[in-house]
Amino acid sequence: MNKGSKKTLTKLIIAVPLMFAFGFALVPLYDVFCEVTGLNGKVFQSEYSESLIIDDGRSISLQFISTNNENMPWTFQPSKEVMKIETGKYHTATFFVKNTTNKKMVAQAVPSVAPSNAAAHLKKLECFCFEQQELLPGEEATLPVKLLVSNELPSNIKNIILSYTIFDITDYNDESLAHHETGME
Amino acid sequence: MSAVIENHHEDHHHGPAKGITRWLYTTNHKDIGTLYLWFSFAMFLIGGAMAMVIRAELFQPGMQIVEPEFYNQMITLHGLIMIFGGVMPAFVGLANWLVPMMIGAPDMALPRMNNLSFWILPFAFFILLSSLFMEGGAPNFGWTFYAPLSTTYAPPSVTFFIFSVHIMGASSIMGAINVVVTIMNMRAPGVGLMKMPLFVWSWLITAYLLIAVMPVLAGAVTMMLMDIHFGTSFFNAAGGGDPVLFQHIFWFFGHPEVYIMILPAFGIVSHIIETFSRKQLFGYSSMVWAMLSIAILSFVVWAHHMFTVGLPLAAEIFFMWATMLIAVPTGVKVFNWVATMFRGSITFETPMLFALAFVVLFTIGGLSGLMLAIVPADFQYHDTYFVVAHFHYVLVPGAIFSIMAAVYYWIPKWTGNMYDERLGKLHFWLSFTGVNVTFFPQHFIGLAGMPRRYPDYALQFADWNMVSSVGAFLFGFSQLLFLFIVLKTVMGGKKATAQVWEGAKGLEWSVASPAPYHTFSTPPKID
Repeated sequence: MNKGSKKTLTKLIIAVPLMFAFGFALVPLYDVFCEVTGLNGKVFQSEYSESLIIDDGRSISLQFISTNNENMPWTFQPSKEVMKIETGKYHTATFFVKNTTNKKMVAQAVPSVAPSNAAAHLKKLECFCFEQQELLPGEEATLPVKLLVSNELPSNIKNIILSYTIFDITDYNDESLAHHETGME
Repeated sequence: MSAVIENHHEDHHHGPAKGITRWLYTTNHKDIGTLYLWFSFAMFLIGGAMAMVIRAELFQPGMQIVEPEFYNQMITLHGLIMIFGGVMPAFVGLANWLVPMMIGAPDMALPRMNNLSFWILPFAFFILLSSLFMEGGAPNFGWTFYAPLSTTYAPPSVTFFIFSVHIMGASSIMGAINVVVTIMNMRAPGVGLMKMPLFVWSWLITAYLLIAVMPVLAGAVTMMLMDIHFGTSFFNAAGGGDPVLFQHIFWFFGHPEVYIMILPAFGIVSHIIETFSRKQLFGYSSMVWAMLSIAILSFVVWAHHMFTVGLPLAAEIFFMWATMLIAVPTGVKVFNWVATMFRGSITFETPMLFALAFVVLFTIGGLSGLMLAIVPADFQYHDTYFVVAHFHYVLVPGAIFSIMAAVYYWIPKWTGNMYDERLGKLHFWLSFTGVNVTFFPQHFIGLAGMPRRYPDYALQFADWNMVSSVGAFLFGFSQLLFLFIVLKTVMGGKKATAQVWEGAKGLEWSVASPAPYHTFSTPPKID
C-alpha cells in the first residue's frame, strides 16, 4: 500500500467512529432542539420568576387531557377538565390518581402541550411529572401541577391543551431489571 | 504511480487457485466481485420468493394462505433482504469487478479487507434468515423497524436482527472504504478525477455516503439493543425517551441510503446509453455535479418520510422544498441521457433496453416522489400503496434494472462469452411487462386509500390487487429465465471480442475477454 492510500485509509477509519458517535449525539441534540423550539410539547421545570408575573394578563382557557398508556390500570383524571386562567399568574391544577390493582406500582406521567408553539411559554414551577409516583394497592392521591403561562404567548392562542400520559414503570424501577419482559406476551 | 509498481508480489501469469479455497481465500477483485454478484443473486431470489408469498396472500381479499404474523415477517424480511442483501451487494460486486479495470489499477487497494467484507455477509444473512425458525418468529416490524414496535413489542429474535444489521453495516463500511482508497490513490497516470468513467464517479460518491450513514444505522440498532436489554430509554417515552427520535435517526441514515441504491445505477446507465447511442455522453461534468448535489441534498431531506408525525409547519415547509430541489439535479441527468441519444445511431441490445426502461420508469418513480414531497398531499398518500408503488418504481425498474443492464453489458467481459440475445430480449420484455403490471395499479389502490403492510384489504381494492399479483408472478418467474441466461453464458456461447460492443469506450474494453485474472499490473498508457 502506498503512502497516499494509507493517508486516505486513516482518514476514513477515523470518520467511521465519528459518525457512530454522531448518531448518539443526535439524542441530546434532539432534546436541545425540542427545548429551544418547544416542539414535541416537552416542558422542562422552570425557576420561580417574579418578572413573569403581571397584573393585566389576558384570559385563556387551559384544557387537561389524561391518557393511560396501554396496560396501565390506574384511574387517572384531571380534577377539572377546563380552567380559565390569566397569563402572567401562577395557577395550580390537580389530577386524581388511584392504584386500582392489588400490588404496589410505580408510575411516570409524560406531558405534552398543544399547540406546540405554546410549550415554550408554559412555565411549570412544579409538576408531578417531574417525579415518579409510587402507590400502594388501592391508594389514592391528588397530584398538583403549578404553572404560569407567560404573557408572551402568541395572541392567536386562546386555548392550550396540557396532556399527560401515565406509564407503568414498575418493572423499570425494580432492582431485578434482568427479568424485564420485552418479548411478545 | 508507486502503488502499481509495488504490487508485483503475484506473478502476472499465475492464475487462480483451485477448488473451494480459491473462493474462501481470494483477494482478487474479480473473484470477490463474482462472489458478491452471486450472493446478491441468491438473496434476490430469496427476497423474491418472499414477495411471491406476499402477492399470493394479496391475490384475493380475506386471509388465504398465511397467518397475519407470518405475513408481517415476510414484508419485513423482503425489504431487508432486497436492500441489504440484493441491491447493495450487487453494486459492491460491480464496483469490485469494474472500478480497478476502469481506472487502470491492478486490484482494489485493500484486497484482504475486501475478502473479509464479503465473507462476513453470508453470516449476517444466515443469522437474519435463521430468525424465521426461532420462537416468536422473525422480525415483524417492517424494514424500517420503528421503535417501539422493534423494541417493546418486538419478538425475541430482534436481537439476532440487530447483530445481523451490525455485520451488514461493517461489511458495507469496509467495502466503501476500499472503494474510496482505490479510487483516490490507484488511478493510472492520466486518469484525472474529471476523466474518470461515470460509474467510478458514482461509486466514489456512494462510498462517501455509506461511510457517513452506515455508522449512524449501527448507532440506531445499538440504541435499540440497549433499550431492549440494558434498561435504557432512548425510544421509551415512559423513561423520558422518544419514539419519534428513532425515526429521525433512522431516516438520517435512511434517506442517503436511498441514494446509495440509485447513484451507481446512474453511472451504469450513463455508460450503456453512451455505448449504444454511439455518441459521446452529453454533459459529463454536469452529470458529476448532479450526482454530488443529489448526495449532499440527501442529508437534509430525511424528515419528508415523517411529515405525519407532527412536525412544526416551518420544518414541513423546509423539508418539502429541500426534497423538491432534488428534482433539479435528477432532471439534469435525465435530460443528459436523452440528449446523448439524440441523433445517435441507436441499437437496442438487451443492456440498452434495460437502460432505456430505467430512464422512463425511474422518471415515473421520481415523479410520484415529487407528489409525495408535497406536504398536504402526503398526509393523504402516507403509508398507502401509493408509497409502495413509488419506491418500487425507483428500486425495481430503477436499481434492479440497472444491475441487470450491467450484467448483460459486462458479462461478455467477465466470461468471454456473449449471452443469448434472443433470450435476453425475452427476459427484458417479460420483466418490463411484469414490473409495470405489478406496480402501476398500486398507484391507483394507494390513491384510493389502501394502507400498506396489511395482509387483508377492503373489497373495493380486489381487482387491482389481483392484477398486481399476476404481474408479480410474471416478474418473479421471469427471473428464473435470467438465472438460466447467466448460467448459459458462463458455460459457453459465442466468443466475445475484447471491445465487445461497437461503441464501447473505456479501459475495461482494452483488455481481452474474458478479462485475465490480473489486469493492469503495469499501468496503461492514457492519451
